[in-house]
Amino acid sequence: MIELESYLLLSAITFVIGVIGVLTRRNAIIVFMSIELMLNSVNLTLVAFSAFLGDPTGQMLVFFVMTVAAAEAAVGLAIIIALFRNKQTLNIDEINILKW
Amino acid sequence: MNKFNVLDLWYSSPLVTLVVTGLVLLVLEGFRRKSQRMAFGVSAAGIIIAIGLTIVTYGENQPAFNNTFLQGTFGSFFSFVFLAAGLLSLILSREYLERLNIHRTEYYALVIFAIVGMMLMASAIDLVVLFLGVELMSLCLYVLAGFMRTRVTSNESALKYFLLGAFVTGFLLYGIALLYGTTGTTNLVTIGKNFEAYSGNAVFLLGVGMVMMGLSFKIAAAPFHLWAPDVYEGAPTSVTGFMSTAAKAAAFAAFITVFLRTFEFAGTKVSEILAILAAVSMMIGNIAAIAQNNVKRMLAYSSVAHAGYMLTGIAAGNEEGQIGIMFYLAAYVFMNLGAFSIVSLVEGQNDTRLSFDDYSGLSKQQPLLAALMSVFMFSLAGIPPLAGFFGKYYVFLAAVKADLTWLAILGVLTSLISVYYYLRLVVLMYFRDGEAQVAAKPSLGTIVAISLAAFLVLQLGLYPSLVVNIARGGF
Repeated sequence: MIELESYLLLSAITFVIGVIGVLTRRNAIIVFMSIELMLNSVNLTLVAFSAFLGDPTGQMLVFFVMTVAAAEAAVGLAIIIALFRNKQTLNIDEINILKW
Repeated sequence: MNKFNVLDLWYSSPLVTLVVTGLVLLVLEGFRRKSQRMAFGVSAAGIIIAIGLTIVTYGENQPAFNNTFLQGTFGSFFSFVFLAAGLLSLILSREYLERLNIHRTEYYALVIFAIVGMMLMASAIDLVVLFLGVELMSLCLYVLAGFMRTRVTSNESALKYFLLGAFVTGFLLYGIALLYGTTGTTNLVTIGKNFEAYSGNAVFLLGVGMVMMGLSFKIAAAPFHLWAPDVYEGAPTSVTGFMSTAAKAAAFAAFITVFLRTFEFAGTKVSEILAILAAVSMMIGNIAAIAQNNVKRMLAYSSVAHAGYMLTGIAAGNEEGQIGIMFYLAAYVFMNLGAFSIVSLVEGQNDTRLSFDDYSGLSKQQPLLAALMSVFMFSLAGIPPLAGFFGKYYVFLAAVKADLTWLAILGVLTSLISVYYYLRLVVLMYFRDGEAQVAAKPSLGTIVAISLAAFLVLQLGLYPSLVVNIARGGF
């Protein structure tokens, strides 16, 4: 039997890896992949809590999160393609017409 | 087990109407070549029916859909604000979109679905529904921000909004997961009932912190405001107007639901953190706004400052605070929407004519528009008897009652700073010679809609008790 803490630790570590990826990577698509990693680590947390609480709400929420992540991927990639058509770059340091 | 109740559909009828309207718009796009004119009619009709249903279903608090959705005065108040803002912004954006060659049917569908998301946020009493509402609204706004897809500034603003928004969504969701893990439920009413038992739990507080961060991003409070100036500047002006008003109101509705109606943090460390967020937003927003030369960017920083004023009410954590924010939001929606619509009239092709100098002498060419813009600027600055003054008055009063006098004093001082940059625009319009002109002659409908917004700003200022009574939950 694996303890709840192990699952939570694993998901926390994955979440932090995702955060570091967002903050350090410069390619828009890799940044986006890191965000997906964060969302999936949250899914792991939810499933672990759900299993240990014996309550299905968490697993239901996971399905919603996956749906939202899919919708986000569609919108995000569309935005990235629109930008690439006009600018021919995906480096977020070069996307700087507007001051940060 | 709760069974499905047919009455639930009646309670959520404004939402159902809007969803149907949005779907009809999407189908319309596929079947008619010149569908824009019809789309405007369909979406306006859908919103007006939804406003009617909101008024008819207004009443006692009534949970629906298995305790995930609360039909009641709070949700109806905000639904009314979102629908009114949506209708006004659709009327005001039509000519702008035509002028910039981006008049498409999807625009209407996206605005309608964004309003659905906002209404879900205001009516949710379950963290799952709250999350879905936030995401539905945000996804529509990401697309709207990049609606001018041939222009790099619009693309860039959409990408920044999307990447930062999705990043913060991760935190919001992690916070929800931790709240679920410690309480065993996502229902806010149940969490609120047993709040005492969890309030000392470290994991619970971590979850609260992450939810706070996620929602602070959506209201553009400092230090999570960095996206706001860029996104507001790059997005089409009509979208910026909608985004900075209705979306902010929706995020505040969610903030109130979670932090005032569920948790009772008044007088604890959490409310101190909220007070600090409010103070930082007021200072950064107002000081940065002085240095701006682009009117859209100035209004973006001013919206950060206004988020700070409204957060004061949340930090106060009392009922006056909640009512103050609701009044403030109703006033803010109309004054800011009006200001952005005039900016969109002056704006030329390709991001031109957006600086302060382009407004010099506007009063000679367009006396009516200059007068209306002055009303909005005076109201944003918080000069009595306009609505903006009473908004600030109510939230600062709530702060004083909650022993946060320092925050109220800081609020008044930073409002004084804000008078400078709002009145700078008025001075330019009236006392400086220049060749300011609107890009195209506004139609009668536009003028009427802007005048209506100005009239509401005046009306709310003269009779604030009208809205305050509705916010209290009665007529």
